[in-house]
Amino acid sequence: MRKTANGPFDLTKRGLLVSGMGLAGLAMAPEALAQTALRGTVDQGNIQPLPIAIDINSGADASGNNIGAQISKVISADLERSGFFKPIDPNAFIAHEADVNVQPNFDNWRTINAQYLSNGRAFTDADGRLTVDFRLWDVFGTNQLLGQSMTATPENWRRVAHKIADAIYERLTGEEGYFDTRVVFVAESGKRGNRVKRLAIMDQDAANPSYLTDGSTKVMTPRFSADSQEVVYMSLSADRARIYIFNIETGRQETVGDFRGMVFAPRFSPDGSKLAFTVTQGGNSDIYTMDLGSRQTTRLTRDGSIDTSPSFSPDGSRIAFTSDRGGSPQIYVMNADGSNVRRLTFGGGAYSTPVFSPKGDMIAFTKQSGGRFSIGVMNPNGGGEKLLTSSYLEEGPTWAPNGRYIMFFREPPGGTPSLWTVEASGRIERPVPYHGGASDPAWSPRLK
Amino acid sequence: MSIKTKTVVKTALVAFVLTSVAACSDKPKPVEPTPTPPPVATAPAPQPQPAPTQPVQTGILPGSQQDFVVNVGDRVYFDTDQSSLRADAQGVLAAQAAWLNRYPGVKIRIEGSADERGTREYNFALGARRAESVSEFLISKGVAPARISTISYGKENPLNPGSDEDAWAQNRNAHTSLTSGAR
Repeated sequence: MRKTANGPFDLTKRGLLVSGMGLAGLAMAPEALAQTALRGTVDQGNIQPLPIAIDINSGADASGNNIGAQISKVISADLERSGFFKPIDPNAFIAHEADVNVQPNFDNWRTINAQYLSNGRAFTDADGRLTVDFRLWDVFGTNQLLGQSMTATPENWRRVAHKIADAIYERLTGEEGYFDTRVVFVAESGKRGNRVKRLAIMDQDAANPSYLTDGSTKVMTPRFSADSQEVVYMSLSADRARIYIFNIETGRQETVGDFRGMVFAPRFSPDGSKLAFTVTQGGNSDIYTMDLGSRQTTRLTRDGSIDTSPSFSPDGSRIAFTSDRGGSPQIYVMNADGSNVRRLTFGGGAYSTPVFSPKGDMIAFTKQSGGRFSIGVMNPNGGGEKLLTSSYLEEGPTWAPNGRYIMFFREPPGGTPSLWTVEASGRIERPVPYHGGASDPAWSPRLK
Repeated sequence: MSIKTKTVVKTALVAFVLTSVAACSDKPKPVEPTPTPPPVATAPAPQPQPAPTQPVQTGILPGSQQDFVVNVGDRVYFDTDQSSLRADAQGVLAAQAAWLNRYPGVKIRIEGSADERGTREYNFALGARRAESVSEFLISKGVAPARISTISYGKENPLNPGSDEDAWAQNRNAHTSLTSGAR
């Protein structure tokens, strides 16, 4: 588990108390922050996003490109989409901070009601590497909260921006950042009824999309391996369904197994040693695992019903899945060897697509009820159900690695699917700014 | 009140081992290794269910794809979340079985589908069940199992791209595709 911000928390506390609302849950013992900070706040009422000014300066280069302004923009957009920050329009800034090593002119930032300021300097060093030297200040407390320097090759400037946004988010919320991550998904084009579905990957903010398959077969339900280097997905052509593992680093892909019936719903186990998936034989769908070393398959369910959509718990000990063995689709959990099956959901409607959160403390799911679809969360024992969203058609929840945001896809009647995020309390819902049809998102772990 | 400015530790926090990431976008787009199968013979919009006794229309070659589609019916429909065969479906399938028994060289693929009112993976399983119901029925009427393959398209290949009751009803189906042996 990644350590969250552990700087001088009294400063954080005071800064947030000045805000008087918003992240008030942070005004508690530091050790409790990571678990309860944001959750405690959003459960109390409206979220009051924190006004923050992002002012990374570089000056324009020979071609008029202002990398500092671009980095500021990416940081601001990340923080804004989290729902907990309200970045201030740079046009409102009274003056830029000229020297990152000098204390800012706090009056200038107080005047525009910036509670926090992250200023900095972006420059290219003698080796041609991009360095960003940045600070985070509590404007009203006039304290420095962060001072860091990040270096990368210039083409990776967006990752530098995401890492700075992660540092700010962590310092001010006490939770793990999630901005330096990617999303694998299915890019959809063409008419409904004859969609082209290509495997695609992009940054979590929809930048740098690239397409990994050519659309000659429909691809669906990709999932990352724990190290983000591989993606497992399903491919459907007119006469067969297959499972592929795609290596992002090498571009190589291989088919997994040779099954006579349908095979779908593949996922990696948390340690990457196994796949779980569904095989249909004689019309009956059951969950299997395959050891990727020996290629040996193990059948986990033997019920005559539909058993699909497996999700490993983060420790690999359990598998949640969808089954209609009780008469309608509901969520069940079993041990990873198939033993000890328990039903988790008993509410009205149909439940499917369970996904354990990265910490294992929640299961996200899709619920279909009253002609609508919802994304919801519940405890791993099935209690505490909470629906976060609702629309004509939506499904496919995937967790951000910090366990606070869920991405899913939504399709209006007769329309094109698109990706959305919702915060785990349901208060913050945002479209993912990818231009084009998109479905079946899977969020990567934090990049290394 | 004194203000402490922390010393900045200029560590290179971003240990960029990024060659792999960057390499990705530069790479030529890989092509799936499997050869793409020829497209499925596309069926016309769903036919009114013809009675098995309907006289053969003129101008259609007996034993042909068109004969099967027009004079027999290549698709049966299901109720919501069901895979059991309705009476109308059984009529069509009895005619399919009779036709297939008349042309024993024909092989078929039964393609089960679901409407969009279900999650993707569940619908793959549901479509597979529907294909199996049809397969079992045809086998029970004397069609050799070796002539039949099944697949589920889930909700991926809807017959009707709409989002209303009519579209859903049309999209809950099993299509019998003649894969070889038809005239």
